[in-house]
Amino acid sequence: MWAHYVELALRSSRRSKALTALVVALLAFGVAACMVSYAVFRATTSDPIPARSSRLYAPQIDNAGPAHTFQGQPPNMLSYIDAVALWQAGKAKRQALAYPTKWGVESNNPAIPALSMTGDAVTADFFTMFDVPFRFGNGWAPGDDARHASVVVISQALNERLFGGRNSVGQVLRLDGKAFQVAGVLDDWNPKPRFFDTAVLGAAGAFDDVGDIYIPFTRATDMKKDSKYADCPVDAGAGDATDWDVYLHGECERIAAWVELPTSADVASYREYLHHYAEEQQRLGRFAWPPNIGLHDVTDWMAYLRITPRASSLSMLVSASFLLIVLVNVVGLMLARFMKRAPEIGIRRALGASRASVYRQFLIEGASVGFVGGLVGVALTMLGVWGIGAVFEPNVARLVRIDASLIGFTVLLSIAVTVVSALYPTWRAAQTEPAWQIKINP
Amino acid sequence: MALTRAFMQVRPILAALTRHKVSTLLIVLQVALTLAVASNALFIVATRVVHLSRPSGTDESHIFAILNGWKRGQNATQIDANIRADLDALRHLSGVRDAFSSQTYPLENFGVRLAGVKIQADQTTRPPLGVVYLADDHAIDTLGVTLEEGRNFRPEEVTTINPDGAMSAPGIIITRSFADKLFPDGAALGKTVYLAGGHSTIIGVLASLQSPLTTTHTLDGDSVLIPARTSDPDSVVYLVRTESTHMAPVIAAALKSLEPRGGVRITDPHGVVTLPEARERAYATDRSMATLLSVICGLLLLATAGGIVGLSSFWVGQRRTQIGIRRSLGATTGDILRYFHAENFLIVSGGVGLGLVLAVLANIGLMKIYPLQAMPFYVPLIGAASLWVLGQFAVWGPASYAAKVPPVVAIRTA
Repeated sequence: MWAHYVELALRSSRRSKALTALVVALLAFGVAACMVSYAVFRATTSDPIPARSSRLYAPQIDNAGPAHTFQGQPPNMLSYIDAVALWQAGKAKRQALAYPTKWGVESNNPAIPALSMTGDAVTADFFTMFDVPFRFGNGWAPGDDARHASVVVISQALNERLFGGRNSVGQVLRLDGKAFQVAGVLDDWNPKPRFFDTAVLGAAGAFDDVGDIYIPFTRATDMKKDSKYADCPVDAGAGDATDWDVYLHGECERIAAWVELPTSADVASYREYLHHYAEEQQRLGRFAWPPNIGLHDVTDWMAYLRITPRASSLSMLVSASFLLIVLVNVVGLMLARFMKRAPEIGIRRALGASRASVYRQFLIEGASVGFVGGLVGVALTMLGVWGIGAVFEPNVARLVRIDASLIGFTVLLSIAVTVVSALYPTWRAAQTEPAWQIKINP
Repeated sequence: MALTRAFMQVRPILAALTRHKVSTLLIVLQVALTLAVASNALFIVATRVVHLSRPSGTDESHIFAILNGWKRGQNATQIDANIRADLDALRHLSGVRDAFSSQTYPLENFGVRLAGVKIQADQTTRPPLGVVYLADDHAIDTLGVTLEEGRNFRPEEVTTINPDGAMSAPGIIITRSFADKLFPDGAALGKTVYLAGGHSTIIGVLASLQSPLTTTHTLDGDSVLIPARTSDPDSVVYLVRTESTHMAPVIAAALKSLEPRGGVRITDPHGVVTLPEARERAYATDRSMATLLSVICGLLLLATAGGIVGLSSFWVGQRRTQIGIRRSLGATTGDILRYFHAENFLIVSGGVGLGLVLAVLANIGLMKIYPLQAMPFYVPLIGAASLWVLGQFAVWGPASYAAKVPPVVAIRTA
């Protein structure tokens, strides 16, 4: 039955080539525009750590007050006081602090020139919480945090550069002139977006490659390393860092904090804890405002920070409207196509075809046209994704790719759009009175 | 005359359209949606294009920046000596017109330092923010900006400063746009203002100089030059203006001239950036957005035109008999042509009416999600005019096909 209807669809398409070509082209362009935008959107909003994203939460505490917060939302980063307080309270299964910094790196090999490299100052749980893969060695133990140990975890690229790619665990390198012992070398690890310190870097840095150097948070603080992205509740927005101790214990927000909360009960009790903490600070007179806290899991947090490039969400919106317009368009064209066939329907009905079989015939015809439109759409999508490189920045463009699910989705979307737009025309076609058609078309 | 004859047909056209309610409604809807989407998208494209074509105010094609840092153990005095030695070497290179040191460069969007500038010492309201360039007496010549009023810095006024600390300087130079913000009456020169680190006199006003922060619409032009070299060991930026636009040999020579202090220097992986490169980078997102939206809008208009052609052809096919009768009753080919053009005009007008409302609503909705200005009303009106023209072009094919229907068709098929 199917095959027969598909054949009928082909035959009628051959009779009105221009109209069919128009429908197929419209569908293909509409679907392709949507799919290209979707591919970009997917690349920029994809979950950077799918296995654990639902149990990792970023806490927020408003230490700036209504005069210095944007639309009353607590700041994205924590101040040193609050970050360390949460970290030491240990109310979650694991907790990590992180802030990006820049280091002058030297090895004992004088042939290698000094390098300027970026990285993060983090706490021990960082590596376990974020499933960071190691090629050699490991992260450091919580005890090293407490000891302010001079240990470092380096990227594979830096290991290649300084130690020729050998197992360098136990070797020494100098950061800003201070000796650090290598505890581990990372394997390939480059989550996109780099969710763990995006709160500090801001949306502009969200798709940058991760840094090459990780040292204990406590040690970095001893070395007076600032994040360079501090946000201070003063009019100028930047604090005075010339007196380090005052600056450190001041209200400048500069640290990204994470907690691991496996169950929803944990989330609720942690929220409670944050609230109590802020209340306590209010009671102590540090905050002159009622508790204003936040707790978001990874995906929420990425949305909250609005790190999806605006271009991609806007083009998604415009493409969706495009598809809607194509849908309206196809309804009209399908209506024309089916109405032209009134005599044929009349004869089929007169020869005993039921309304149901007319429905079946025309919906299958719609789906067939949609299928062809989808195939052409896949080709155009490939063309579009290939062209994305010319349009988007390289760090976003290289994330955009085509896979089986995108191709399948393209074809399905095209079929769905055509079938939906064929519904009304089919209903009209099925209303055809057999006698009437036969009478006026001898 | 032709026009009045076309309008004579309005009543019969409307009567005919009531027999194709759904098809008519579909085209109206399609035109309305196209107008709403395309006018908003093209408005966004236009604002982006304006944004990314803004001048930096500098002699961009002749300027490059060298990013540089210092090894640990260098104190502020040593760092300043290094910078002075570097600048001296750079300024004496052949092919170099001038050079100075700063903590950022135009179009960088990084190393941005803001300074709140108060007009009164005890001001409690939030002061306007200026974006800082550390500068010296060579800055104006290196950037190629114009000093409209006042004087340049003097060499003895240039100090060292930690850019993370509170900004202060006895005299500062600001841009015209910032001057107008601080003193709307237009007399900024010589006025005393208050920075976080103390009071300061406005000694000069620049015609224009874009701040290193290009992503805002509000602070872009509000640059403040502070006469100081940075003592930040992490980074110093050397800005160099060359004689020729062919900068590569000068860049190589400049890097070579910095080699003597290689032992205390840390090379930045981003190394050297020319301002044309920086411009590319700064506006990459804006450009991708503009390109993508333009492509989609173009396709959108084509789709709408295609839809009109398709449906009009169908109508012509359906009305062959009717056209034949009109022709045999004396209607000229021109009458038939005008009939279809007028019909299309009426339908598109319906769509435009609905579309204008949708366009304004969509703009209001978009403003809630994205940082957009309100769309001026002429934008959708231009869109409407384009759709009218587009409709007339789209119907031209089917209409001229209809006009060719011979009168005899009426007799044969009926």
